[in-house]
Amino acid sequence: MLEIKNLHAEIEADGREILRGLDLTVKAGEVHAIMGPNGAGKSTLSHVLAGKPGYKVTDGSATLDGVDILDMDPAMRAATGVFLAFQYPVEIPGVGNMTFLKAALNSQRKARGEGEISTPDFMRLVRTEAGKLKITQDMLKRPVNVGFSGGEKKRNEILQMAILQPKLCILDETDSGLDIDALKVVSEGVNALRSPDRAFVVITHYQRLLDHIRPDVVHVLSKGRIVKTGGPELALELEAKGYADFVDEAA
Amino acid sequence: MAAVKETVDQVRAIDVDQYKYGFETEIESELAPKGLDEDTIRFISAKKNEPEWMLDWRLDAYRRWLTMEEPSWARVSYPKIDFQDLYYYAAPKTTPAPKSLDEVDPELLRTYEKLGIPLKEQAVLAGVEGAKIAVDAVFDSVSVVTTFREELSKHGIIFCSISEAMREHPELVKKYLGTVVPVTDNYYATLNSAVFSDGSFVWIPEGVRCPMELSTYFRINEKKTGQFERTLIIAEKGSYVSYLEGCTAPQRDENQLHAAVVELVAMEDAEIKYSTVQNWYPGDKDGRGGIYNFVTKRGDCRGARSKISWTQVETGSAITWKYPSCILRGDDSKGEFYSIAVSNGHQQVDSGTKMIHLGKNTSSRIISKGISAGKSQNTYRGQVKVNRKADGARSFTNCDSLLIGHDCGAHTVPYLESANPRAKVEHEATTSKISDDQLFYCISRGLPTEEAVALIVNGFVRDVLQQLPMEFAVEAQKLIGVSLEGSVG
Repeated sequence: MLEIKNLHAEIEADGREILRGLDLTVKAGEVHAIMGPNGAGKSTLSHVLAGKPGYKVTDGSATLDGVDILDMDPAMRAATGVFLAFQYPVEIPGVGNMTFLKAALNSQRKARGEGEISTPDFMRLVRTEAGKLKITQDMLKRPVNVGFSGGEKKRNEILQMAILQPKLCILDETDSGLDIDALKVVSEGVNALRSPDRAFVVITHYQRLLDHIRPDVVHVLSKGRIVKTGGPELALELEAKGYADFVDEAA
Repeated sequence: MAAVKETVDQVRAIDVDQYKYGFETEIESELAPKGLDEDTIRFISAKKNEPEWMLDWRLDAYRRWLTMEEPSWARVSYPKIDFQDLYYYAAPKTTPAPKSLDEVDPELLRTYEKLGIPLKEQAVLAGVEGAKIAVDAVFDSVSVVTTFREELSKHGIIFCSISEAMREHPELVKKYLGTVVPVTDNYYATLNSAVFSDGSFVWIPEGVRCPMELSTYFRINEKKTGQFERTLIIAEKGSYVSYLEGCTAPQRDENQLHAAVVELVAMEDAEIKYSTVQNWYPGDKDGRGGIYNFVTKRGDCRGARSKISWTQVETGSAITWKYPSCILRGDDSKGEFYSIAVSNGHQQVDSGTKMIHLGKNTSSRIISKGISAGKSQNTYRGQVKVNRKADGARSFTNCDSLLIGHDCGAHTVPYLESANPRAKVEHEATTSKISDDQLFYCISRGLPTEEAVALIVNGFVRDVLQQLPMEFAVEAQKLIGVSLEGSVG
């Protein structure tokens, strides 16, 4: 599914290199967790994959099902199946949540050469998925993320994911700012989307999210490279010992 | 930042071709001799078969105009206008007063068809029920046709060109003309009083609710010609009318002057809703050409409980200088101003409103949304004035600016003057930018950049768009999208 090879990326403004030869392979149906200390390049990785402006890829490649995604503009990446659940979802005043979802879905369908979804079909889809995430009618009508609590924003991200049905879901510190109840709802939403033809990259600082979203593989990212890879037990080890050992290893 | 550079490049790349109404109609015109003097005014007045009092009124205005100075307080800059280098009257050479559509020059009908303005009543009637709109089509200096007049006259409504009104209903014109915007009001209004050529006249009798939208469609076609239209709308006791005006012009390298005056009078319990979709040619990417739009619009809530509501979507013109205002004279009268002003390229907008509270318990509401892109400058200038005797007056202003890119400017200049200590005057203002984060959020969900910008901007202007009649809201939404094409990298 996702194949990253020797990825080097720097911040465009000051030329600071953040990703320094990162390799990562995520197969369809798998959930990979990426952990690491602050400044290791976790968020940069998610931004570079989604195509956020401000970064420059200087070497390496990233392909989704064999297709190079780094050459695509971000809208095309989305249509191809890349989805980033933001750490800080953005507010868009005056734009109804439903309007936004429908516009996004139809843009993606158009880019893939599919027809627009009919309004009744769309309504049905939204109602079903929103129900699962305990998203109220009111939240669907309100402007995108405006006045949403931290938990509501994250649930809204998962709703978008459920509607857009991406192949690759990147969750950037989705657990930040969530209380335990919200964390449960969000995790259940994510787990419900797990499927044999979808892959997840879950970026997090803490083990606690991984209690709810069970990863198949855990990676430690440090100084722009994957320095250790293991099973779920690796996350527990990190929780107990901290990152110090791994950071040294990478140095 | 890279994004800045891209924005600049994109704005540079704006093609003038995106102005879709820039074509010119090949039609023979009759022009007044170039320049302005008393003879020009006599020429215009004679062309229109005006009564003597009208000519005197014009000449008086002209003499006053000669003593006046062009105002310079607006935040716009442009080379001095040579008022002698303009034509003050241009009319298509056709049958003088077509009685029906069949007599209208087909070339003119094609022009309006191209502009998407429905002039054929049958075609309109065949359309969706409820979308019926009566149109007065003004081409350069004359009204070429007014539709649905018969049906309107069944309700006692008068809807015709102002030239015709002067001949057919002189008592009404005499009674109201210049009573809201006095001849000496300001430089451009005085000039307009001297040379105005055509425009619309609407009179709604007591207790009548106008059964359809009325609209005037202004088109400037001839070169080097100024358009000076004059519109007068009177809503008698307890009546209601919704009126819409639209404007376009061909693309040219020269600047053309448009100096209109609009006067509204609302008597007791009457309501006038006046909407504008202004899309004059804005000039090309280097700021060459475009319309100078210097307009005086004012409504007088003369009767108790009357209401006047201005809604404007301003996307065109090189320079806009326009402050649709309300004089809240009647007790419990209401004034509203809803505005979306979009500027891109080198456009300069200085627009806003004046709400003058004279009567008791009068209220006003101002919602202004300015969107600046490219190298444009967009100023909101608004005045709320509460008279000493206006007990219980309330006013609310909300003024938001949105910046796209880094080379444009947004300015807010509110003047609040309250001579009544019990009046309640509120003002809110915000300035925001379409952040790179907002944009990326939308794009990362699959929306192409242009659509993402349009979505964010439409969200920003939503509460104003809701004020427009439905069909026009959709048009306006598209127009805003087109006006901002190429504004973001």
